[in-house]
Order: sequence, then C-alpha cells, then structure tokens
Amino acid sequence: MNFDLTKKKLTEVNQYLQNIDRKSNVRKFKIDNPSGHHAICAGLKDDIDVTINGHTGYYCAGMNQRANITINGNVGTGVAENMMSGNVFVKGNASQSAGATGHGGNLVIEGDASSRCGISMKGINIIVKGSVGHMSAFMAQKGNLIVFGDADEDLGDSIYEAKIFVKGKVKSLGADCIEKKMDDKNINELKKIFKELNISENPKNFKRYGSARKLYNFKIDNAGAY
Amino acid sequence: MKKNLKEFKTFPQSTINEIQRAAREGIYQIRGLGAKRKVPDFDDLVFLGASMSRYPLEGYREKCNTSVILGDRFAKKPLKLDIPITIAGMSFGALGANAKEALGRGASAMGTSTTTGDGGMTKEERGSSKYLVYQLLPSRYGMNPDDLRKADAIEVVVGQGAKPGGGGMLLGQKINKRVAGMRTLPEGIDQRSACRHPDWTGPDDLEIKIQELREITNWEKPIYIKVGAARSYYDTALAVKAGADVVVLDGMQGGTAATQDVFIEHVGIPTLGALREAVDALKELNMHRKVQLIVSGGIRSGADVAKALAMGADAVSIGSAAMMALNCNADLFRKDYEKLGTEPGYCHHCHTGKCPVGVATQDPKLEKRLDPVEGGRRLKNYLTTLTLELQTLARANGKSDVRNLEPEDLVALTVEAAAMARVPLAGTNWIPGIKEKS
Repeated sequence: MNFDLTKKKLTEVNQYLQNIDRKSNVRKFKIDNPSGHHAICAGLKDDIDVTINGHTGYYCAGMNQRANITINGNVGTGVAENMMSGNVFVKGNASQSAGATGHGGNLVIEGDASSRCGISMKGINIIVKGSVGHMSAFMAQKGNLIVFGDADEDLGDSIYEAKIFVKGKVKSLGADCIEKKMDDKNINELKKIFKELNISENPKNFKRYGSARKLYNFKIDNAGAY
Repeated sequence: MKKNLKEFKTFPQSTINEIQRAAREGIYQIRGLGAKRKVPDFDDLVFLGASMSRYPLEGYREKCNTSVILGDRFAKKPLKLDIPITIAGMSFGALGANAKEALGRGASAMGTSTTTGDGGMTKEERGSSKYLVYQLLPSRYGMNPDDLRKADAIEVVVGQGAKPGGGGMLLGQKINKRVAGMRTLPEGIDQRSACRHPDWTGPDDLEIKIQELREITNWEKPIYIKVGAARSYYDTALAVKAGADVVVLDGMQGGTAATQDVFIEHVGIPTLGALREAVDALKELNMHRKVQLIVSGGIRSGADVAKALAMGADAVSIGSAAMMALNCNADLFRKDYEKLGTEPGYCHHCHTGKCPVGVATQDPKLEKRLDPVEGGRRLKNYLTTLTLELQTLARANGKSDVRNLEPEDLVALTVEAAAMARVPLAGTNWIPGIKEKS
C-alpha cells in the first residue's frame, strides 16, 4: 500500500500505520513525498515494513515498536528516539540525537550521524557506517553504539553501562569514559549483531570504550573530572 | 549572671556551623523538600470579602463550583477534574510504592489527578489513579509509548521550582533493584539526571516534540509544559508558542527529592511573583483560560488555593503538603528522626532514603509504616479541607465558581507582596510600580 504525503495528512497516515488490521495481509507500505515532515511513522507498534522515499524531519520512527522502517534519504533530529524494538534503516545521513534514549531494536545509519548520537541510550543497538559528532553516547546507559568511521570530541561523556565500538579515530573521550579491552565476548557480540543485520565487517577492527565507573558515586576526589 | 553576648549578623552561629561543615567534608549539602528561607508568599495577601458593594453567597446553602477542565486547547480528551487541586509529580524512587499508591487513592477519591515523576509509571500508581499525568523528563527513565498511551495527560518537564536549571537526583541508597530496573541503571549508584532534554533544545524544537507526542497518542492527551519559576513571563509565552494545552508553573518554595541546598535556596523566584508574570503573559497573548495555568510551590491551605486562583491560576498543584498529609514530618518514630540528626518539623532528609514515616524511602521496613489505604484516606481528608476552605472564601467574596475569584478581591499586607502580586497595599490604592491615575 502506498501513501503520498502531498495527498494525505500525516496524522491519517500515522493513525493507519499505528492501527493495522491484523486480519489484513498487507504488511508492506511505502510513503512518498515525505518532504521533511516531522514525526513520520512515530509510534508504530506492529511488525510491518515501511519504506519512506525521501528526506524526513524530526523524530522519524520515534518510539517505534516492532516495525521495520527504511528511509531512502536523510533524517532530521531524533530519528528512532526512544525506540523500543524493531529496525530503522537510514540510507543517508542523520542529524543530532539519533537513537536518543532508545530502549531496544536496531538503528542502522549508512551515512554520518551528527552530535549526541545515542544520547542516554537504554538498550538500543546503533550502527553508524560513517562518523559521529561530538558528545555521542552522552550518559549512555545500555546498548551498543558501533561506529565504522570516526568519533568527534567527548565521546561517551558520563557513560554508564553502554558499550561503544569505534573503527576509526576518536578525537577525545568524555568524563569517565575509557578504552577497554576488546575480548572474545565483545567480538562475538558484534558478530551476532552484524550477522543479524547482514553487515559484513570484521569486529576485530574495532576498539571498545566504556565506563571507568569512577563517577557512579560522588567522591570529592573526583570532582575535577567534571 | 546573663552574659552580654553579641552574635555576628554576617556570621551567625548557623553560618559558622556551615562553614566548618564545608571545611570538614569538602562537599555541598544535599537535601530534600523546598526553600526554608522566608519569601513573600500568599500569607502576605488577604481577601476583602463582601460588603456594601459585593454580595456574599450563603456559606452553607448556595452552590460554589470547584470543577475545572484542563487541556481543551488541542487535546481531544481534556481532563475534567472535580477540584482545582492536583498532586504534583513525585517519582517512584524518591517516594516508595505505598506513598505513590496513597497519593493515587486520595486524589482519585476527590476526582483529581496525580502525576508520575523521574522514573516512569508503576502499576500501583496507574491502578490507584483515576487521572494520571505522565511526565516526560530529560532522563526519559522508564519512558515508553505504552505508558504514554495509558496516561490521561502528558507533562513535559522543563524545570522545577526547587531547582530551575537542574536535573533530578537520587542517591545510591535509594536505587534498589526495582528502581534501578525501571531506570536501566546499576543498583546503588548516585543517579544524577540530565538537566536538558536529549532531543530538543528550545521552544521551536519543543513544538515539534509535542507534535510527535500528539501523533503517538492520536491527539487525545492534554500536553502540559512544566517550568520552574524563573523568567516566568517569557517561559509562559514560549510554552504557549510551543503548543502547550496547560502550563505548570512551579515556584521556588516547591520541593524536591534531593538537590544541593545552595540550589534550593538561591535559584528561582517565589510563587507569588512568578504567578503574576505568567498570568500577564497569558492575558497579553489572549490565551488566559484558553491555555490553563497550574501553579505550585508552597501551597498549604485553602486560602493559598483561593489566592492563587484569584490571581489568575486555573488550578494548583501540591507536593510537599501532600507528603505531609501522609505523615511527612509527623511527630512519630522520634528516635529515627534523631538518628538522622533532626526532629519532626525540621526533617528534610528525603535524600537519605531513611524517611522515619515511610514516605520517601525504598526500605521495606520503613515503607510498612505507611499504609496506602490509610494514607489515601488522610490525603482525601486534607483535600476535602482545602476545598471547603476554598469554597468558603469564594462565597465570602460573592463567587459561585471558585475561578470567578479575581485580583480585585485581594489586597497586600506588605509593599513587597503588593509589588509582586500587583494588588494594592491594604487600605490604599497604591500598587508599587503602577502609576496612579490623575
């Protein structure tokens, strides 16, 4: 089924996609002429496939549950923010806060992602095939941020238990973020993610970063770290 | 013989004690609840009542409406509350599950709403709350679309009165397994939430964020924006611009589960002045009563509620007072207060998790001291009292609806309050800052 956002209102399209008739066999949808609209495919909750042909605005696929959403274009701020499950594939670049606070599912960005990618992530896997901007994985709590390119300043600032994997260069690490040993367990974790997403990449080429856990409880001797 | 001692005005004993504590420990004080300093407040205003020019209503016979509709600007399903007194956001984590349930029970019995907090929605809270407002905070702990759809309204928290510009704080002693699980954090860490939202940075972005929330919830839920009292005129105007159905304004007397004492006492402005500014903004935009205004921070009595409504609020919200109705600072379990180095009436130790009366704790033994059914009944009684007091004052001023109370019903007892509330000093027609008509 096809939707054209020049002919149908966004709310009507979102409402249709949020309330799929389970008896219907239609599980594949296309959205044409997104024209930078905000909140396209926000709040989907069924295992359907949606392809968006063009660029989208803020919060595309926000709070997604179970749906597979492909964007053939660039995305604005907060793509797949607070995603719970499902898959979001961005064929272009992503603006800031991609995958912010995501709890689960996979966000794959073919291009670059701007600043604060994966901010406060809570279990999502974010794969960026290009580079990420500054303060990525800020206060990241759980999940994996996997970067094929480079990372800008203050990567993983105030990170909790999320893991960061970077193949390229890291300009600088943020407070309490350190490089950690890439062991077999980590390599197998990445292998599993790559296999699931049909990505051919060698996990051994990545370095791992995570929390030093020195700022988990306030100690005056660590005040200078902030 | 009495000693002729003279205390330093600049360095009284309490200040000396704090300097020496800081020198000993090397860290600021963290504590709970709100400002302890005296600021101009609703006690500095009085109602004129009816006289020759105004007819009062019969106190026991004539109806005086207290219901209020919140969120009918854009939401398909606005809230219709029986009383204009709501329960403010307080997190599960800061409060125990029994306290959250008691708040839900008491509020529901009175036909009003309660609010989640920084930590998500619990089953107990949803189950016991007829109307539940779900907060969207910078941390997004526990945020999920299923709970968003279960909520009766959504409150985007930009700030709170106790600490405008600060994020949430919950110290490790309160992060038990359940709290940690809801927040996706390790047990026992000092949890210091972000102070800025992760995916928007200003009112233009917030407008788009609100659009997303409405798309996810089919434009059904009223969207509140909560701000700490700071630049209230502009904050209110920008909240309206961002598409709020309701603005929640929290003055500096508002409480918190934990933050730095220096933040509580030295950031933000009193509720009285902030309310006036917010109402000015709504009137200037021709949005007064179209975007509803809820005010909080230091509301204790029906008189406070009545004065807030007279100044232009549509409803009030109570946090600290609701906790006190559940026995916060009650003269019970004295030895446990003493262990904390405090006494009933002075306790602000919410941050320790060792609340003697079982309200602000995750300790199962302490939590048992609060029965949620009994607590709910006490809150209902308290809210009933506030409502009766509110109606009494409204009728005395000749009003058949509490929202018909108006600034002209009020005068101020101090110059400061007159200037902040912009009502005349009692016995004069002088409002500081307003030129008299010649």
